[in-house]
Amino acid sequence: MPEMNLVQAINDALRVEMRADPDVVVLGEDVGKVGGVFRVTQGLYDEFGEDRVIDTPLAEGGIIGTAVGMALYGMRPVPEIQFADFIFPAYDQIVSEVAKYRYRSGGEYTCPMVIRTPVGGGIRGGHYHSQSPESLFIHNAGLTVVCPSNPYDAKGLLISAIRSDDPILFFEPKRVYRAVKMDVPEGDYTLPLGKAKVVKEGNDVTVIAWGAMLFEALASAEEVAAEGVSAEVIDLRTLWPVDIDTIVESVKKTGRVVIVHEAPKTCGFGGELLSLVVEKAFLHLEAPPVRVTGWDTPFPYTLEMEYLPLQHRITPALLETARYVP
Amino acid sequence: MQTQAQVVPIRTPDATFADDVLSVIERDGSLRSETDPKLPQETVLRFYRAMVRTRIIDGQLERLQRQGRIGFHIGSLGEEACILGSAAAMRPNDWIFPCYREFGALLWRGFPLQTYVDNMYGNADDVVKGRQMPDHYTGKPYRFGSVSSPIGTQITQAVGFGWAARRKGTDEVVSVYFGEGATSSNEFHTGMNFAGVMNAPVVFLCRNNRWAISVPSEKQTGSATFAQKGVAYGVRGVRVDGNDVLATYKVVREAVERAARGEGPTLVEMLTYRLGGHSTSDDPRAYRAQDEVEQWRRTDPILRLRTHLEALGVWDESKEEAYKQEVEAELKACVAAAEAKAKPSLESMFDDVFAELPWHLKEQREQLLGGPRAKDHH
Ligand SMILES: Cc1ncc(C[n+]2csc(CCOP(=O)(O)OP(=O)(O)O)c2C)c(N)n1
Repeated sequence: MPEMNLVQAINDALRVEMRADPDVVVLGEDVGKVGGVFRVTQGLYDEFGEDRVIDTPLAEGGIIGTAVGMALYGMRPVPEIQFADFIFPAYDQIVSEVAKYRYRSGGEYTCPMVIRTPVGGGIRGGHYHSQSPESLFIHNAGLTVVCPSNPYDAKGLLISAIRSDDPILFFEPKRVYRAVKMDVPEGDYTLPLGKAKVVKEGNDVTVIAWGAMLFEALASAEEVAAEGVSAEVIDLRTLWPVDIDTIVESVKKTGRVVIVHEAPKTCGFGGELLSLVVEKAFLHLEAPPVRVTGWDTPFPYTLEMEYLPLQHRITPALLETARYVP
Repeated sequence: MQTQAQVVPIRTPDATFADDVLSVIERDGSLRSETDPKLPQETVLRFYRAMVRTRIIDGQLERLQRQGRIGFHIGSLGEEACILGSAAAMRPNDWIFPCYREFGALLWRGFPLQTYVDNMYGNADDVVKGRQMPDHYTGKPYRFGSVSSPIGTQITQAVGFGWAARRKGTDEVVSVYFGEGATSSNEFHTGMNFAGVMNAPVVFLCRNNRWAISVPSEKQTGSATFAQKGVAYGVRGVRVDGNDVLATYKVVREAVERAARGEGPTLVEMLTYRLGGHSTSDDPRAYRAQDEVEQWRRTDPILRLRTHLEALGVWDESKEEAYKQEVEAELKACVAAAEAKAKPSLESMFDDVFAELPWHLKEQREQLLGGPRAKDHH
């Protein structure tokens, strides 16, 4: 089985689907000849030509708007937004159109597309190359939001996403792009959307994370193990609709939960997860649920490592939550 | 009885558009007398020195990035004439709204080199307090706007700013820079439209450097030129040889004076070429032919002006060498000073989110200050 990093695995998923289905097209800024600024679409232009791997003009609203048209006609566009920070010129198309087409047309029109975009910080990108805007999309009914943490999951989830009849935002943690390598099967395989994964079992406290922060949560889980605390780590993989059963089952077992995300705390997805935990497992809770998140400031440049909810902040939160006595 | 709709234009068509490209400096260094702005020699020398200084700084910052001493740089190699010529054409009371490639214009306005280098390091003396990537500076005291990354956003802002300046009774004009890629953005079209309707005192400076990262200019537009995009919006459109600092100066100056007189906005398409990568994160060999680059190298704006100055006998190799050494020494001192400075304080992360710190940020600031430090600082 070949080893792939996240970039290669996503590239491979695109290739597999483009070979299988001539309706799959990729479009975006710099995605063609050069294969994207992160090289995620590298080689696709040579294999599939400029009609299926389209270097568009510099306009995100145009990228998503034309992708909507393609999808309505029955194609399977996979638009790329170069950085999630630049998705906002397309926000109107995504929240007013993409998210609403099925509903507003009484199911007559559908808008199947996968909007791929890199998210997250820790790469010296300042606030315009580092943000994690998931909650802005989760909040809009009609969007499926996926964020894989590793190459194997990314490939299987992306293939499922492209085959899905619903529009999907596919957030790629750019800090992981070349940082993690693992065995990834060749050819076609899918992973179910909407399913989280317990990546480490434990009994004392549940940690919920996704994307690049998953690795920080795992590192903390290992660190607290040395202090006798057994943490269960959940990788959400699909953020919305979230796999509530896996979360509730884990919290019922541990009675304690820590949620980690890079986005600011206020109205971050952690707030929603926390509410769900309280609604569905209140009587099982043995400690107040805790969020370890980015601060409520724009994403900074020089101090980004102090902004991010990394291991150094997750570990004490795990210890405190696990040892909490009412 | 009238059967056809009356053909009434919304207003008298007044947008002019010339698709010829104005230039001044000839190959042999002589000036075309019909277009020569006839500037004093010392002014032209100042242009030249500013262009050389800009290029030296570019080269050194790129080196610092390669050495891992700064995180990023986005340069103007090959575009010095259109940036400096247009900046110089602005009067002292006019304003400049930048894209991200115009540090030369910022320095032209008198912004201290030390402060610029501090921005490259994101240190405690950085004007933007280490919050943005390098080359995302701000310069209000120099009547210079604030850089952000999202393409095109400054264009509509310049229109509103210019309109406000007019409303307040001034004759201030705003210039706004962007690349030809930005002409595809919503903001370009909206900005042009608003400027046409509001008759805003704005000069739109489109650096047509042929490339938007890896995308060539012919993939940004189906029209023959970028300048002609003004026509549909009622905005005067002109094209200029952007590798000719005197031509750029002349065309932009005219546009500024028209705007100041209340005669409306101009879109200036400055034809130039991005000789370097898009930024230090980019390797252009992956998408463009070296031949093309070599061809444009022959029209290097600095060599072009130097030929003129040498023909006049006011510049030579020894002056060039002495000036280079002067700039290099100046920059070296700034770099050393910037590297010795502290990082922005931890608590500064929470400043300026609001005018006053609300309770939740006070709480979070306490958590950060009282909590553990990150291991992995850049
Ligand atoms: C809204 C938005 N989309 C994408 C980007 C990423 N990006 C940064 S620069 C650039 C190309 C800009 O080209 P152009 O406008 O021609 O200016 P140039 O860099 O050539 O000066 C792109 C796509 C961005 N900064 N903002």
